[in-house]
Amino acid sequence: MNHWKPNTTPEILKLRAGLLNRARQFFQENNFLEVDTPVLSQSTTPDPNIESFSTQFNNTQYFLHTSPEFPMKRLLAAGSGAIYQVCKVFRQGELGRNHNPEFTMIEWYQPGLDYHALMKQVDALVRTLLQDKITLQETVFYSYQQVFKKYLNIDPFNSSIDELQAVIKQQAIQFNNEAQLSKDALLDLLISYVIQPVLPKDSPVFIYDYPASQAALANIRDEQGEKIAERFELFINGIELANGYQELLDAKEQQLRFENENKTRLEAGQQTIPVDKNLIAALQAGMPEVSGVALGFDRLMMLATGAGSINEVISFSTDKA
Amino acid sequence: MANYSTNEFRGGLKIMIDNDPCSIIENEFVKPGKGQAFNRVKIRNLKTGRVIERTFKSGESVEAADVMETEMEYSYTDGSTWTFMDPETYEQVSADETAVADAKKWLVEQDTYTITLWNGNPISVTAPNHVILTVTETDPGVRGDTSGGGGKPATCNTGAVVRVPLFIDEGEKIKVDTRTSEYVGRVKD
Repeated sequence: MNHWKPNTTPEILKLRAGLLNRARQFFQENNFLEVDTPVLSQSTTPDPNIESFSTQFNNTQYFLHTSPEFPMKRLLAAGSGAIYQVCKVFRQGELGRNHNPEFTMIEWYQPGLDYHALMKQVDALVRTLLQDKITLQETVFYSYQQVFKKYLNIDPFNSSIDELQAVIKQQAIQFNNEAQLSKDALLDLLISYVIQPVLPKDSPVFIYDYPASQAALANIRDEQGEKIAERFELFINGIELANGYQELLDAKEQQLRFENENKTRLEAGQQTIPVDKNLIAALQAGMPEVSGVALGFDRLMMLATGAGSINEVISFSTDKA
Repeated sequence: MANYSTNEFRGGLKIMIDNDPCSIIENEFVKPGKGQAFNRVKIRNLKTGRVIERTFKSGESVEAADVMETEMEYSYTDGSTWTFMDPETYEQVSADETAVADAKKWLVEQDTYTITLWNGNPISVTAPNHVILTVTETDPGVRGDTSGGGGKPATCNTGAVVRVPLFIDEGEKIKVDTRTSEYVGRVKD
């Protein structure tokens, strides 16, 4: 009966517009250029944990972007300088309290800034946007290894699958079918179920330096024989808000990672994804040293309003779209 | 039997877990942006009523449970099974003690109950929220005391013992809330 009505109150719409304005102001003050890149693309991420929507044009398969990362990197390689984008992105099969299959992302890249400095910049933006909404406590920085040691007393880099399974049993988490879970999946589960909920309240918490197997598009460095991905995530009050990298510059390495992801897809019976040759070519041409990050704007709105579900802060949820 | 994928999970869906029919109470989608997606699911075992939590890797599928709820009239018991009848088809089913469980003390002949059938067999019996019972045994009524204060135990025709006001006498009919086992009121014929 009321199906036509938006999920949001006029106040929430006003706040959305206000926060987007404030974000754009922040980027302008920091000399970023606003860009927009295609939503439809002939390639997409082969990340086995992210599924893209796809459609057809002139007998060619096109995907709806899951993030504007690849074309933004081509802009960087073509000399754009610092850029940001506010756009809708699309992810197949993601629906829940914190997920809607289409959502608003703010993504930005700043050449010459390293990922530690970028974390501080993310912190500054989030504080600007959430001021007079939440009284934020001091920002906390933990390495991935530190946070697992602190809350679970395990070393995520050197634990075996059996050891992680034992910790999961201790936490009384019961799987329907535990046989098919990789080490990374078990680490993901421990972060989501056990660590995220107990991180310091009202504090921006950055977790950085991930296992190389979870590098995605981040640079990997060698530290005393340990391979570490220069990647970070931001959590506030249990909500995953942003994901950033010291960006991988090596075209060969990027090609190899895409191929490996496609191998994993093939083994899992998922569709393989045509490798984005334009991104590889852009990296070959040379992308400047750069760090970049994507922030979920709807999740930020959830924090600003105290909403228990993403549906409360988007005008029309998928079931009403 | 059909299967359900985790993306079809929602409250009320009936699935098989550990060879028992279960009903999903709550389904939470958990996924790090770059990581493995899970469904964290609260499930009620329909045979035992116990609530458990299970984690599925998203995309897994699970066998559907052939569970249906039907309204049937209670007919009789032989002491070890309780027989119910479909008032339209006259088809009968017999529920064992485990299935009848707590509903046993609310069973009145010809009254209607909700029977949960799994593969056609009754696995649980739910009484309506209110039943009318006859008091078969209680201390004599105290005339004039309609305050309802204090109260006394009364044994009813189904075996249920309910706390009733002092003015209730043997042979009277009372309305009882089956969820709380509490006396609601006196029923005049």
